[in-house]
Amino acid sequence: MDEYVLIMRHENATGQVSPEQMQAWMQQTMDWLGGIAAQGKLLETGNGLSFDDARVVGHGGVVTNGPFGEIKETIGGYVIVKAESVEEAVEFAKGSPVLQGPGNTLEVRKVAKHDFK
Amino acid sequence: MNTEKLIPHLFRTESSKISAVLNKHFGIKHIEIAEDIVSDTFLSALETWPYKGIPENPKAWLYAVAKNKSKNYLIKSSNFEKTISQEILQTSELSTEIDWSERNISDSQLQMLFAVCHPSIPAESQIGLALKILCGFGIDEIAAAFLTNKETINKRLFRAKEKLKSEQIKLEFPPENQIEKRINTVLLTLYLLFNEGYYSENQDDVIRKELCLEAMRLLEMLIESYAHTIPKIHALYALMCFHSSRLDARKDDTGQLILYQNQDENLWDQTLITKGVLHLHKATGGDSASRYHIEASLAFWMTQKEDTSEKWHQVLKLYNHLLFIEYSPIAALNRTFALSKVYRNEIAIAEAEKLKLESNPFYFSLLAELYRQIDRQKSKQHLEKAIELSKLKPQKELLQKKIAELNI
Repeated sequence: MDEYVLIMRHENATGQVSPEQMQAWMQQTMDWLGGIAAQGKLLETGNGLSFDDARVVGHGGVVTNGPFGEIKETIGGYVIVKAESVEEAVEFAKGSPVLQGPGNTLEVRKVAKHDFK
Repeated sequence: MNTEKLIPHLFRTESSKISAVLNKHFGIKHIEIAEDIVSDTFLSALETWPYKGIPENPKAWLYAVAKNKSKNYLIKSSNFEKTISQEILQTSELSTEIDWSERNISDSQLQMLFAVCHPSIPAESQIGLALKILCGFGIDEIAAAFLTNKETINKRLFRAKEKLKSEQIKLEFPPENQIEKRINTVLLTLYLLFNEGYYSENQDDVIRKELCLEAMRLLEMLIESYAHTIPKIHALYALMCFHSSRLDARKDDTGQLILYQNQDENLWDQTLITKGVLHLHKATGGDSASRYHIEASLAFWMTQKEDTSEKWHQVLKLYNHLLFIEYSPIAALNRTFALSKVYRNEIAIAEAEKLKLESNPFYFSLLAELYRQIDRQKSKQHLEKAIELSKLKPQKELLQKKIAELNI
């Protein structure tokens, strides 16, 4: 069993949603994660990443506000799951409500384990 | 009360106090001495009271006799076991005075609870030891509670006591920096003790109820001293209140288990439910929700029989949260049932089939329930599978009844 990080990418995210939208989205997210957890495959519920106070630090220490503006895609959050194969991890990713937004994607990445012993 | 009833009653309430105070006095490494003195004391009561009558203040009588027996023990043992008694005489001022003040009794009991629930003692043994030392249970009763024999319990208790000695566990309050960790172990032990009473396959209702009540009583000792800083203590207590409110409603006159849906709500103990709500409210003080908070909230919704949309939304949310903290098959199954109540059975079936709990009879009874209105043939097949997997007769009978109700 390997560990996979599911990284949620939002296109054209502004961070501005109504409280009702936010609540509905939270519930869908929790139900999605609950389904993975019910299979004993959820390692970390991870964290949502706030759109406020975001900075991009570039080459030579150039700091810009937000990733928004220059980049179309922003990372909205991540979760970590356990899966037998990348295919299983992809199945988990398919259930994410993030994918309801056109242009949004989930990136599935296996955690590279380094043996430091 | 006559002697026949009074002595067992006092044994339940007083033996754990006397034993805690003596252990505090002698040091826990002489735990057997304390045990002997306690049983000798009650033996004396059994021998004298029927002839001389019940003393005016039975408790004080017991304390005085325990004190004298302790003194005699020391004198006697000093003749042939100089080392031990020397040690005791040096380490405590035992010689004559034993402190029977309310304060010392309750402190000693609480310290005993911490000692019994020491992380170095396996959970199983902790429960046994708690029942023996803190609840005044006999070996027979403990064996009955665990559905095992006296020898097993004796061995388990012996090993646990050896551990208490070899780890040199002292009767004292844990230091400030360890308090939360130590309380966690105590809470887990009391949670298991309660569950042993509430869920066990034991047919003896009296014993089951006693286990639940004892778990609550021991937890009350913690509430007084620690719940204001560690709110999850309140949460666990609330959980116990909500569950035990149904203790009387879930068995019929012949001892058959009555399913939740068929229970008479008038038999649910409203006082306990109110008490649970009060403690759940007090439990909200902290900054994080423990599994006890979540389980208590779920247990609260169990006390609301009406099927409202809010109820099932909340229940689903709580089971999601519980699974985030810790996976368990039963939480996974219950979550899927809640899902069917919030969304549709078809959605819940798709999720249920991913659980793959194919050796669990409850998995198949859940599937049977979800298919009941969609495909009765499939529902029946799942029930048959569940019967095949269940080990208990009453459970098998219940499932048979469900097959009959499908009318196919």
